[in-house]
Amino acid sequence: MQLTSVDLHVQNNRFKTVNFSAYLFCLMFFFSPLAFSATDLFEFDNAQQEQTFHDLTKQLRCPKCQNQNIADSNAKLAEDLRNKTYQLVKEGKNEEQVIAYMVTRYGNFIRYDPPMTPATIFLWLGPLLFILVGFYFIYALVTRQKKQEAQLDPEEEQRLQEILSNKKSTDKKSQKGNKE
Amino acid sequence: MVKSKKILTLSVPLVIFLIACYFLFQGLYTDPRKLESTLIGQTVPEFTLQDLYDPDKQHDASIFKGQKLLLNVWATWCPTCYAEHQFLTKLAGQGLYIIGMDYKDNRIKAIKWLTDLKDPYAISLFDKDGMLGLDLGVYGAPETFFIDSKGIIQYRHVGDLNDRNWQDKLSAIFDNME
Repeated sequence: MQLTSVDLHVQNNRFKTVNFSAYLFCLMFFFSPLAFSATDLFEFDNAQQEQTFHDLTKQLRCPKCQNQNIADSNAKLAEDLRNKTYQLVKEGKNEEQVIAYMVTRYGNFIRYDPPMTPATIFLWLGPLLFILVGFYFIYALVTRQKKQEAQLDPEEEQRLQEILSNKKSTDKKSQKGNKE
Repeated sequence: MVKSKKILTLSVPLVIFLIACYFLFQGLYTDPRKLESTLIGQTVPEFTLQDLYDPDKQHDASIFKGQKLLLNVWATWCPTCYAEHQFLTKLAGQGLYIIGMDYKDNRIKAIKWLTDLKDPYAISLFDKDGMLGLDLGVYGAPETFFIDSKGIIQYRHVGDLNDRNWQDKLSAIFDNME
């Protein structure tokens, strides 16, 4: 089939459109949040330090924006805390020392991994308590069932005897059945 | 006997429900953004900071000793501080000793702010990079520390001081300090 000039024009136009949207598509990546995210450039003496820094910023909670850790938060305070963490790690402080430093200033609130204290002990003992209560419940249920199967009240015992003796006099066959 | 035991067992879920209600209701009326300071009962950490007006003048922790005072953390970028400022001026007028700490701010803007709005502070510290703020556990502005004459922090208030909370609670805390 031969293309007329009009066809050619359309074809050309479509090509342009495709090209333009491809540009847009590429541009999208430049303006994605990733390209904009705050990347503080920290340099470390060794990989160990870098790892410690990343572990710390992940487990320290930002006091200003309370549901983010200081690695994720863009708050000014989080930035300060990141810088301080960096400075302390660079000075050769280990993970516990940095956490202790932060806790003396901001309290245990700053930790996503709370320590065991009288106020938080329930977090550990709570589930255990629930399990124990559950076991007690099952235990109570089972023993009560056993009791019901095995024993009769004195009244019930008497009634049973009466029924048995009645039956004895009327039906000898059923007495055999009862004995079993 | 058996009946009362049954009632007791049946009331267990009710009791659990009531306890849960208590905690949930409490959660409705407490502000989770208000954190307790870890420095209560301790002295102000050591520091050396420039005076806001005069970079050559240095202050250290000894300025907190000798009389009970308020340490007010503020900044020009903080709208609540603006709202609070008038009340602080009023308190200063009543003879309260207030030390100001300009937190992570621009010196020129801060001086202009104090010139335009009156300066309630006996001493103005300039904490440019917020490092004393960090040592004090400051996580926003305004915050106000109540410090007794021995230099021991007795209370921290997060948010602005105003007529209402001062009358309700804070003036009593201040008056009870030595």
